[in-house]
Amino acid sequence: MTTKPLLTMRNICKGFPGVKALSDVDFTLRAGEIHSLLGENGAGKSTLIKVLTGVEKLDSGQIELNGQEIRTKSPKHSQELGISTVYQEVNLCANLSVAENIFIGREPKKNGMIDWKAINTRTKNLLKKLNINIDVTQTLGNYSVAIQQMVAIARALDVEAKVLILDEPTSSLDTAECEKLFGVMKQLRNEGMGIIFVTHFLDQVYAVSDRITILRNGELVGEFLAEKLPKIELIGKMIGKDYDTLSKTIKSSQNDKEAEKEIFLRADKASSIGNIKEFSLDIKKSEVLGLAGLLGSGRSETARVMFGADKVSSGEIVIKGEKVVLRNPLDAIKEGIAYCPEDRKTDAILGNLSIRENIIVALQAKYGLFKFIGRKEQEEIADRYIKLLDIKTPGREQLIKNLSGGNQQKVILARWLATNPDLLILDEPTRGIDIGTKAEIQKLVVKFADEGMAVVFISSEMDEMLRCCSRMAVFSEKEKLGELEGDEISEQEIMKMIAGGK
Amino acid sequence: MINGILKKNFSIIVTIMLFLVLFIAGALTYKGFLNAQVFLNLFVDNAYLIIVAVGMTFVLISGGIDISVGSVVAFVCMFSADLLQKGWNPVVVMLLSLVIGTFGGYIMGYMIHYYGVQPFIATLAGQFLYRGICYVISTESISITDPTYSFIANYQIKLAPKMYVSISVIIALAMVLVTTIVLKYTKFGRNVYAIGGNEQSAGLMGLPVARIKIGVYALSGFCAALGGIVFSFYTLSGYGLQNIGLEMDAIASAVIGGTLLTGGVGTVIGSMFGVLIQGIIQTIIIFQGNLSSWWTKVAVAALLCLFVVLQRVIEARGQQVKQDKAVKAETVISK
Repeated sequence: MTTKPLLTMRNICKGFPGVKALSDVDFTLRAGEIHSLLGENGAGKSTLIKVLTGVEKLDSGQIELNGQEIRTKSPKHSQELGISTVYQEVNLCANLSVAENIFIGREPKKNGMIDWKAINTRTKNLLKKLNINIDVTQTLGNYSVAIQQMVAIARALDVEAKVLILDEPTSSLDTAECEKLFGVMKQLRNEGMGIIFVTHFLDQVYAVSDRITILRNGELVGEFLAEKLPKIELIGKMIGKDYDTLSKTIKSSQNDKEAEKEIFLRADKASSIGNIKEFSLDIKKSEVLGLAGLLGSGRSETARVMFGADKVSSGEIVIKGEKVVLRNPLDAIKEGIAYCPEDRKTDAILGNLSIRENIIVALQAKYGLFKFIGRKEQEEIADRYIKLLDIKTPGREQLIKNLSGGNQQKVILARWLATNPDLLILDEPTRGIDIGTKAEIQKLVVKFADEGMAVVFISSEMDEMLRCCSRMAVFSEKEKLGELEGDEISEQEIMKMIAGGK
Repeated sequence: MINGILKKNFSIIVTIMLFLVLFIAGALTYKGFLNAQVFLNLFVDNAYLIIVAVGMTFVLISGGIDISVGSVVAFVCMFSADLLQKGWNPVVVMLLSLVIGTFGGYIMGYMIHYYGVQPFIATLAGQFLYRGICYVISTESISITDPTYSFIANYQIKLAPKMYVSISVIIALAMVLVTTIVLKYTKFGRNVYAIGGNEQSAGLMGLPVARIKIGVYALSGFCAALGGIVFSFYTLSGYGLQNIGLEMDAIASAVIGGTLLTGGVGTVIGSMFGVLIQGIIQTIIIFQGNLSSWWTKVAVAALLCLFVVLQRVIEARGQQVKQDKAVKAETVISK
């Protein structure tokens, strides 16, 4: 490992309207190293990459490549400078052939015409180096995501890159494919390339990284040598401590009467290919069950399986003692399950409809189209929940998009409460909302459980989970690792479990 | 290998087969159908539509749509007829038509790319504008008496005794040939496919998205103007009501020829056969003699449904295969 800096970023600042995405972040990449960039969702990893590759303009700060100051203007410009990027989602054109995807934009020519023969043979050789033997004239879309990812890397390599950025390249790869990728990464490192590796799979970080840089909330936590940073410390640094002023524990009083709680839903060796490995889980009435784990660990996927949003590929789901097949969310709603999805903006809010309409929509779906809920009843329901959840709005006919994030979230909560669910699944219900409303929502969650509802709670904020949940299932790498109950639940225990892996 | 070629060009092969089937059916049913000139007339009568469809194909492959082309054709006829009547030089008129068409397309492309206007809306504005100007020039039909136009219109290129094509056909075939090469062998052509496949990816791969997108609409404007010139050879007049709905014929031709409205897939040759299929249906209806020519539209409607469903089926099958592969891979590894 050399120590000569290949790329240095100093005091990088970048703000978006209303958010400071990066403040004074430093990052150094040396030639011949694999450098992992880590952080939870919203930590600023993606923004840092985007600033570096010229997708976003930086507000202030310096970037030096090989000792020369650069300012990347566009992805094309950064490519020309020798910074190549492979994104999480394969950013290639599925309608073009494999070979063309590698060469488009810099096609070899003969007599002014594109030389297809050269493109195809050169691609074949390039892929051979990566141990991939496929028909390069076939359209890319015919191949698996893993192959597509490799093609993306091959494209990046052919640009004669000095710096290779891999932005979550493994999220769609299986173990064997990852191994292959890591082999390629190490080979490239040994050839002197600097590789920036963004991922949220910690095992993979330790499998290939020389160095680790951690970001949190747009700020630099620090740069560490991989071998000198134990996993548990790493997780601590990623999650951090949330110094809010909330009361420490509002956990359900039900903790005491640990007496037999009725099981509402049982997942028996259920799995969903590509989403979550086989797991068993009991969800009981009158308790808040937390699904803990880092982003992408399988916690949301588990929730989606229980809501019928993802298909169960093996095992079974039993509700109230009866085996059920949830083909779609409507089936789940009819079984008394409600799900507040993770991404409020895209998956939940109907921006141009009023609060009343937003609340009523799930209930109407449950009733079916032919049992129309009268206007008066709608208004009553809306008013009841506006009062119950203390939604701050001039009136029930206000458009939901005009509300603050926290109040929008309450409307979504009301939507599901109106269906009178037996099981309420909340995926990141407090993300991006102010602390006061957060506390309110947390209290409501516990209150619902006290009233007999089964609640599943998912959050990236450890403190919040610790406060609300009386039982926790811990996930990592799309697998359920185990459960913690009552006094066993602590940040230390959860981290140990995640760090311990399988 | 042959299998691969078949698979990749499946939908264009279907189009050509359909054309042949219709042709053979016509030949077997009607006396005099199997005449070389009947076949050549398909080109003679539809040269302008082939040219317009060429431009449309580029736009559709790039993932856009251009519904201004019918109005452009009418406008060019009207505009040329008016200027020729006033004694302008015919070559200047033709060049001016092409420049205006291209520039109009450029403006629409600019709006679409830089202001994020929906292609449908931007070109709808263009459609209204060109159509409006037609009526501003004159609400009446203006005939073209210019000797150069008349000469080109009436010139017959003899291929054999009693077999001829017009100059327009040569222009149309030249356009098809040149644009086919452009699509397959130039950066511009390949970038059009890339943008149609995934515009965001194309940008991240460093392709000049803005230039290509605007260029595609400019090209479509150029083709529409050229189509207009050819159409004015065909009718030797300009009239504001001409070619209403021509853009839809062009889109239909492209779709029948295997172009995906979602972008990224399509060929100019396919679109040409799309035009010819519409032409041959019309010819059959004329030979039948007792059917209204509007039956053409009914037949085209049926074909469109057929082709769109066919494309969906092919797509769905492709996805299924991919999923099966993925599942297989997963099970192999879990063992």
